[in-house]
Amino acid sequence: MPVMNGINRHLLPLGILAAWVGSASAELGLNFPPPAAAVAQEIYNVHMLTMKIATLLLIIVFSVLIYSVYFHRKSRGYQADQKFHQTWFGNWSWVLVPVLVLGVDLTIAGSAQRTLEKIWVVPAEENMLDVKVIGHQWWWEFEYPDQKVKVESRYMPEDKAGALYLREVDNRLVLPTNRKIRFLHTSADVNHAFWVPELGFKKDAIPGYITETWAEINREGVFRGQCAELCGTWHSRMPIVVEAVAPDKFDAWIKQQQQIKLASAAEASASKTWNKAELMEKGQGLYNTKCAACHQITGQGLPPAFPALKGSKIATGPIKGHLDIVLKGKPGTAMQAWNSLNDLEIAAIVTYERNAWDNNTGDIVQPADVKAAR
Amino acid sequence: MSTATFAHDHDHHGPPSGIKRWLYSTNHKDIGTMYLVFALIMLFFGGASAMAIRAELFMPGIQLLEPDLYNNLVTNHALIMIFGAVMPAAAGLANWMIPLMIGAPDMALPRMNNLSFWILPAAATMLILSFIVPFFPGGGSQINTGWTIYPPLSLQVGMSMDFLIFAIHLLGISSVLASINIIVTIFNMRAPGMRLLDMPIFVWTWLVTAFLLILVVPVLAGGVTMLLFDRHFGTSFFNAAGGGDPVLFQHLFWFFGHPEVYILILPSFGVLASIIPTFARKPLFGYKSLVGAMFAIASIGMVVWAHHQYTVGMSLGAVSYFMIGTIIISIPVGLMVFNYIATMWRGAMTFETPMLFAVGILFMFTFGGLTGVMLAVVPADMQYQDSMFVVAHFHYVLLPGAVFGLFAGVFYWLPKWTGHMYDEKLAKIFFWVNIIGFNITFFPQHFLGLAGMPRRIVDYNVMFTEFNTLSSVGALVFGLSHLLFLYIIIKTVRGGRQASSKVWEGARGLEWELPSPPPFHSWNVAPQMK
Repeated sequence: MPVMNGINRHLLPLGILAAWVGSASAELGLNFPPPAAAVAQEIYNVHMLTMKIATLLLIIVFSVLIYSVYFHRKSRGYQADQKFHQTWFGNWSWVLVPVLVLGVDLTIAGSAQRTLEKIWVVPAEENMLDVKVIGHQWWWEFEYPDQKVKVESRYMPEDKAGALYLREVDNRLVLPTNRKIRFLHTSADVNHAFWVPELGFKKDAIPGYITETWAEINREGVFRGQCAELCGTWHSRMPIVVEAVAPDKFDAWIKQQQQIKLASAAEASASKTWNKAELMEKGQGLYNTKCAACHQITGQGLPPAFPALKGSKIATGPIKGHLDIVLKGKPGTAMQAWNSLNDLEIAAIVTYERNAWDNNTGDIVQPADVKAAR
Repeated sequence: MSTATFAHDHDHHGPPSGIKRWLYSTNHKDIGTMYLVFALIMLFFGGASAMAIRAELFMPGIQLLEPDLYNNLVTNHALIMIFGAVMPAAAGLANWMIPLMIGAPDMALPRMNNLSFWILPAAATMLILSFIVPFFPGGGSQINTGWTIYPPLSLQVGMSMDFLIFAIHLLGISSVLASINIIVTIFNMRAPGMRLLDMPIFVWTWLVTAFLLILVVPVLAGGVTMLLFDRHFGTSFFNAAGGGDPVLFQHLFWFFGHPEVYILILPSFGVLASIIPTFARKPLFGYKSLVGAMFAIASIGMVVWAHHQYTVGMSLGAVSYFMIGTIIISIPVGLMVFNYIATMWRGAMTFETPMLFAVGILFMFTFGGLTGVMLAVVPADMQYQDSMFVVAHFHYVLLPGAVFGLFAGVFYWLPKWTGHMYDEKLAKIFFWVNIIGFNITFFPQHFLGLAGMPRRIVDYNVMFTEFNTLSSVGALVFGLSHLLFLYIIIKTVRGGRQASSKVWEGARGLEWELPSPPPFHSWNVAPQMK
């Protein structure tokens, strides 16, 4: 018994250390977050295997180095072995070392290749959910083409997001569990990259390309990621938040989104003439979410990259020119074509921009004007 | 007539005086010195931008730098360090040491040598202008693309991008001219009886590096020229809307960019091959296999570039090829590290500052190399790509692999260049502060990357605070330690204990047969090889 106690006493600090490292790795994030998809699990496994082999090699190399630095020094009176490079080891190490390293390499590459063959190509399946991921400067657009639903996802400002600032968005990417999902990535402007560590894959969203990844999420939960390819000024403000829900909840969510879409389309196409106050109110809300990232809430922009709208020639000049740039964008700049917005939304934004911040043109743009300008 | 010319030349013992000595210099030692001084100045520019970046990342939120300025500093830090600090410093060592080591009176093309150096200040001016113009009215937006200048983002940037493109052209011309000079010198100016396989490994590394530069720099020049045409002359090489391909630029860039890594590392590895035998007091282990490994690195390194772009959506076959090719590079690189350790093995080592750096490099570079193997694994790279893990990895490879090797070389040859011993005690303090600062800066970044922090972001979520703060504190120590480096160099140049011609007890090679400092014109009579 005393012996046991002695051992326990010796092991106690180790136990505390292990517990601390364990809790610290959860809190501080020392490794990948727990995978939420089989693809991510495969990636996690190959990562751990490579890391273990690398650690083993590191220990071997470091041990040899430390041994040599400690023992083979002049101050210990060690005599240099002038013939060491001419021994059989010196003559044949150029074969031995590469063969050993090749063995390690093939172990790693072989395991990686097997994983790659399992995960790289998107499996062809009937019941797959397609999600189109479109990167914009600086927000994400998620489209469910078969369900005809679109979600615009933007970062949530610090006062609303609190501790989740830069990891929280206004509209999340809702996905079902236990169903294979195919992501189709592209971009409307510059390169972006879709990265949610729990789902495993990172993939670039490149204009003119459609890149594919897939995942089958195995548990409900909220998984957070970020844009991983430098995309300009507000690259840091492109969080991605996936909300994984059970399939029935997902179907209900899709229905709800479809109804919202129908309602707003009906509102926009109604041949109603809107008054200025209505358009200004709607316009302010839309402007602040969709336009203010660049042109700022104050309309003063961030010149020279993002011009001011306050007092600008376009926002106070002819309405046609203003509608044109909003609908068609400006090539070679971050100003994209906003023609995916409906007539009412564009009418409201343009009306707002022409009257806010002392622009005071007094112009009112109606959805019909937008329709004519398209 | 010819006799008169000779007589005139013989009168010409010392250097000309004043500014003309430097402007018109065709002397390899003076040009080498200018390269090294230029690199040292650029090291502080690049370091200052890194310090600003780490200061901004000290805590969450945007405190010091607007996002575009932050990204501009990220761009500048990389370009200045690579093209302004490391490459010129390595070229400085080449200019100083290759003629001394191979018993040549000077470089083969002395006037071109002058030109290839004096292009550099012009290029640096363009580079600094690209940073400054956006602060003037009408100067356009800042370069917020990182040094990779990927389109379409780089097509959005204002005129500063054009300054950058021309700076890259000038830097490229300078590198190619210097490389041609080095190759011609090595092939034609060796002392009689010195075969290629008698040359010091440092000379070999520069021979391979020079060929790599000539092969890949024109590809970068072509790529950025196409970018310039897309920006101003209505072409659509990289513009998808015009039928172009944004990924094409990435292939062109990394066809240059990956061999560039070896261009940065090889000369420093050559320095190690001089230092380790000296301080282990025994011959270099595996001379021929080192030469072979270098050729393997250079040739395989040319054909694995796309491992920088695993996420662009390549086919299974393509990524498998690039993965296996990349992992295979660990064979020659591992062999080089092995040979250096075997040179230390059963030696009678002492640990003066150059040797301290050499041993430190073997530890840290091995670590960086192993995270490199992890990054080469495609499935795992789907997580690592463009995260802070990558930032940690390449700083562990490039600082020990390139920069610390240059520091080691400077301490090793400074007594030869100046004739004065440097202050060994201060230099050892510099070594320890430097590498401890380095490890505190970059080790935590591995964890940040694994936990999900992307690189090149100006602001981050609170969950990444602890490691970022630690990293910034380390960066402060690391950055400031270089002031001590500067002080030691200035002190050594101005005076110090007289160095003997051999300087180090275990030193071997032709450069140690000349007095310290060597005369302005050395090896006027070629040494005879056995």
